[in-house]
Amino acid sequence: MNNTNSAPTKRQRLHTVRVLRDRIFVVGFVLAVVAGMLGLVALLVDVLVDGLPFLNWNFLSSYASRKPLESGILAPLAGTVWIVGMTALLTIPIGVGTAIYLEEFASKNRLNRLIELNIANLAGVPSVIYGLLGLAVFVQFLFNGSRNVTAGALTMTLLILPIVVIASQEAIKAVPSNYRDAAYAMGANRWQVVKSIVLPQALPGMMSGIILALSRAIGESAPILIISSLVWVTFVPASPDSKFTVLPLQIFTWISQPQHAFRGIAAAGIIVLLVVLLSMNGVAIWIRSKYQSRPEQ
Amino acid sequence: MATDTEIDTNLAQLERVARRRRRQHAEQLVVTWLLRTAALISIFTTVGIVIILVAQSAGFFAEVSVWKFLTGTEWAPLFSPQEFGVLSLVGGTLLVAVIAGIVSLTLGLGAAVFLSEYAPEKLRKILKPILEVLAGIPTVVYGYFALTFVTPILQDIFGDDRVIVFNALSAGIVMGLMIMPMVSTLSEDAMVAVPRSLRDAAYALGATRFEVSTKVVIPSALSGIVASFILAVSRAIGETMIVKIAAGATPNLTLNPFESIQAMTAYIVQVSLGETPQGSLEYKTIFAVGLLLFAMTLAMNIIGRWVISRFRQQYE
Repeated sequence: MNNTNSAPTKRQRLHTVRVLRDRIFVVGFVLAVVAGMLGLVALLVDVLVDGLPFLNWNFLSSYASRKPLESGILAPLAGTVWIVGMTALLTIPIGVGTAIYLEEFASKNRLNRLIELNIANLAGVPSVIYGLLGLAVFVQFLFNGSRNVTAGALTMTLLILPIVVIASQEAIKAVPSNYRDAAYAMGANRWQVVKSIVLPQALPGMMSGIILALSRAIGESAPILIISSLVWVTFVPASPDSKFTVLPLQIFTWISQPQHAFRGIAAAGIIVLLVVLLSMNGVAIWIRSKYQSRPEQ
Repeated sequence: MATDTEIDTNLAQLERVARRRRRQHAEQLVVTWLLRTAALISIFTTVGIVIILVAQSAGFFAEVSVWKFLTGTEWAPLFSPQEFGVLSLVGGTLLVAVIAGIVSLTLGLGAAVFLSEYAPEKLRKILKPILEVLAGIPTVVYGYFALTFVTPILQDIFGDDRVIVFNALSAGIVMGLMIMPMVSTLSEDAMVAVPRSLRDAAYALGATRFEVSTKVVIPSALSGIVASFILAVSRAIGETMIVKIAAGATPNLTLNPFESIQAMTAYIVQVSLGETPQGSLEYKTIFAVGLLLFAMTLAMNIIGRWVISRFRQQYE
């Protein structure tokens, strides 16, 4: 057997090609991940470079102005706090209530299957459609054309409700069923089991889901743009029927200005928005990891 | 034999227990009723959306025929003579969505194969959340990124004269980046669900990792991958701020990605921001366009979820 010096056989060549192809495509797959991350880094660097020079105390504490250097985000910051606060008050009872009903109370009949299917569909409805719903139902019908904070919060509630319901359902499903069985065996009724066993166990999971949903509400601009439409708000909303603007809407307004200097202001607004969102996400992750003790089965 | 006083205390105790039971039962009834009402709100929301869109666009379709609306290629509701051919808006939306689809499928599928077939568990746990940050960034920020970062780069590459400041390509690329985590997460879930035994069989035959990925895992997970793609493109179709900020406001039925277009969502927002009087024909157009948009995304979401559920039955 003396063919070690001869040319590689067809089979060996084929093997080399296959291994080579394997190596080359690994690079391709890695590049896909890297491209996604590079996109994220480029976005953050772009915003930081443009916006940091404009970020100072004055920017946080003044109202929007026609002069870029005197512009600030006090009004949209306050508007965002109003919207998120009211949305949370409305969404949490309705969303958690729906999830409890579907997971613990509802029998698997046609109506309840319809509700579940419907919630999944609502999660996929474009946010701009919720804006149209809010404009027609809340602004025009309920408040007679007044574009106020309540109309905005009601619209946002409907928008994030499916997210809150689905996240709460997941949290409830994660509660081991033998906990419930033990309570039932001691004679508790359904509501007692939910109140004293399921809710306390599912609370951390629900809270992180709710925080993530609220951060979605903070970042949304399309529905608020349709509801509020007002672009230069120079006051802090005083009551639920005040006019308002929110952070992403103010950023959009600045981006749309023809003067180039407003770009920097817009970027500074984006930095504030991203800091708010990142800290909310951080809190959600912290809650999840802190309370995620796996109960022994 | 129990004495009379013993019987009395026993009776009183029984009565207390019965009262407590009745109270608990009433409480449960009230709570059940409240919870059911909460659950019904989601149904009312859907019904509300459909009624509002249909009722408001009914006035529009009384004056412009549905056929003209769906087949016309000129869209100029704010000029005279008015034109209501929605195809130029649909074309703009689809052009951006197709670009976003190509970008997100290339990056998302590549990332999913890497995460599911190549990356060690530790690396996967780090990379996945980082990629998912992309999905949490507000769309107005992506719009800014497209306009101030991606468009200038495109103009440097292809020339200022060819690439208009507001163009479909820039919006599409950035939107692709935004929906990439959706494609990669859902595709990866589908790939992870492919039984180990299928991979082992291919490895035992001497297949390389690349061959296992492309000839075994991807075909087996195909319906999951297709579903992720459909859902992501549906998201792209409904997205508003990126196209509003970066893609322009020129209704334009074109295949040239360097040109300015107007997406359906961007048109709706443009009219809401303007001075169009409520109740006018122009005002009603936003509900007609909204109805079409709602129907398109709903159809895609239903198909996407149907494909997923069929896939789940295959292996579970």
